[in-house]
Amino acid sequence: MSLLEIDNLSVRFGADAPPVVDGLDLRLDAGEVLAIVGESGSGKSMAMLALLGLVAPPGRVAADRLRFAGEDLLRLGGRARRRLLGKELALVFQDPLAALDPSYTVGFQLVEVLRQHLGLRGAAARRRALELLEQVEIPAAASRLEAYPHQLSGGMAQRVAIALAIAGEPRLLIADEPTTALDVTIQAQIMELLLNLQRERGMALLLISHDLAVVAECAERVCVMYAGQAVETGPLPELFDAPAHPYTEALLAALPEPGRKRLASLPGVVPGRYDRPHGCLLAPRCPYVQDDCRASRPPLAAKRQGLARCYHPRNQENPA
Amino acid sequence: MNPVLIARQMTRHYRVPRGLLRPAATLQALNGVSFELAAGQTLAVVGESGCGKSTLARALTLIEEPSAGSLQIAGREAAGADRAALKALRRDVQMVFQNPYASLNPRRKIGDQLAEPLLINTDLSRAERHRRVLAMLQQVGLRPEHYRRYPHMFSGGQRQRIAIARAMMLHPKVLVADEPTSALDVSIQAQVLNLFMDLQEEFATAYVFISHNLAVVRQIADRLLVMYLGRAMETGPAERIYQRPLHPYTQALLAATPRLHGEPQRERVRLAGEPPNPLAPPAGCVFHPRCPYATERCRGEEPPLREVDGREVACHYAERFV
Repeated sequence: MSLLEIDNLSVRFGADAPPVVDGLDLRLDAGEVLAIVGESGSGKSMAMLALLGLVAPPGRVAADRLRFAGEDLLRLGGRARRRLLGKELALVFQDPLAALDPSYTVGFQLVEVLRQHLGLRGAAARRRALELLEQVEIPAAASRLEAYPHQLSGGMAQRVAIALAIAGEPRLLIADEPTTALDVTIQAQIMELLLNLQRERGMALLLISHDLAVVAECAERVCVMYAGQAVETGPLPELFDAPAHPYTEALLAALPEPGRKRLASLPGVVPGRYDRPHGCLLAPRCPYVQDDCRASRPPLAAKRQGLARCYHPRNQENPA
Repeated sequence: MNPVLIARQMTRHYRVPRGLLRPAATLQALNGVSFELAAGQTLAVVGESGCGKSTLARALTLIEEPSAGSLQIAGREAAGADRAALKALRRDVQMVFQNPYASLNPRRKIGDQLAEPLLINTDLSRAERHRRVLAMLQQVGLRPEHYRRYPHMFSGGQRQRIAIARAMMLHPKVLVADEPTSALDVSIQAQVLNLFMDLQEEFATAYVFISHNLAVVRQIADRLLVMYLGRAMETGPAERIYQRPLHPYTQALLAATPRLHGEPQRERVRLAGEPPNPLAPPAGCVFHPRCPYATERCRGEEPPLREVDGREVACHYAERFV
């Protein structure tokens, strides 16, 4: 049994509205690093909010199965959910200064998590809070316990947010664009920290990102989303060397790389949720489109490596 | 080749008040930056937050006057120029900003916004202005019917095309672009970068391209200027620096840039720590607290920018990395 099991997850806003997340299937094993990549509006963040029960009405979440460590997340009551979130299942957001409470010290916020989830109090909680700051490699950790979030740089604040997330010894850490707001040398430090923590603690890491290069350097498996659907999943680095889906291929070709003079780019833009095509979602923009692509939507089917939603996949010949 | 943009020892200091009882501090946002740029060439300015790259953009576009140093645009001196001269110079330097949601006026039609630079700076007839706007719309990949639409009707990528069109309306000699693709998705970023390259080929505009993304910069840069804490660390022909960066900071920036296809032979220079407080820059080389190779000399003596291996670099030990 996988740590996280998602079958046919959909999120829609209003009963008749087209889904924002459309039939997402995903498995994540304990200790695994999985990345979900996609452009703005692909539904990657919304899928994770649905998983955490954070989609507010009129948003509606439906799934055939949504289980974490054997618990059915769809049927979880408020109390049980609060016990789970922030402890077994923790989150790191893009903007650390928005994720931290500006009116309390770093130490207070850490102690609060430790008291709520682990029942630690007083000196024991303070000691553990200090250890956590040291584990996320904050220099002069003891003095930072008294600091308010506005006194921290972006990189330091993200380290504090990570300390908060790992305080409850989570089995799964979801990191939603954890380094997008940071400078490149700080991004490298934070990604290294996340991967070290993941390895040391054997926790699973679900990385949500728009940056394929970051994903290529960190993840063992990737799920590419486009317009609310997973269009391709498979192992890394193999999948990025020989993608089956034309969208994955186009995303990779659009990245600046040494030696590329002109960047390949798909014409047009991602369809909005009211003008999604009847057939393959990519059909209007795909350079390899054929009649059957417009007639019906391809299912997620096994390809040479991983799964892809495409009738005419790329790179299927076996390497000689 | 005749440079269209010559910056000499450009400096911009800000006074930062620190309350009633303490004297104001001086923030050295830009500290003696020099470069030359020829028509049809692209200078990329890279560095992290607070390195002074946006201050440089504001100085180049004559939005702010530098505290010291000189700036020549198309052969005319901008430092100390009077209002009329500055107005004439501004025609030749235009700017594209990072966020196309903030840089377009939401209450005016696209066509009117594109025609405004012509209205202010030329005496073309209304019909002629209209014709030029339509031609520019086509040039940036938009359609004539977009003339009457408002910014909210466009996607981020289309808005950035409009912002680029507006900057190009007067056929400026220099275009300064401050992080023009960092708000865009990768596939849209590729479209916009291609557009920049096409327009440069057509109009031979000189670009100053400010970015924190070294992969994007490599795509379009002829020359590179790496900045740290308001100072130039390394500058010269872009490909030369990418092939063999000599300054430890450039090396670290390149090493930290994630790559799609890992290069096992690539040396990983991981930087510890964060950039220091710009109000109290370290003595000696400003980079020494984070530099893995720093010595006693680096802590005491600021390295001058000097020529090594076909580029200029501010490091005492640059020869070591040749």
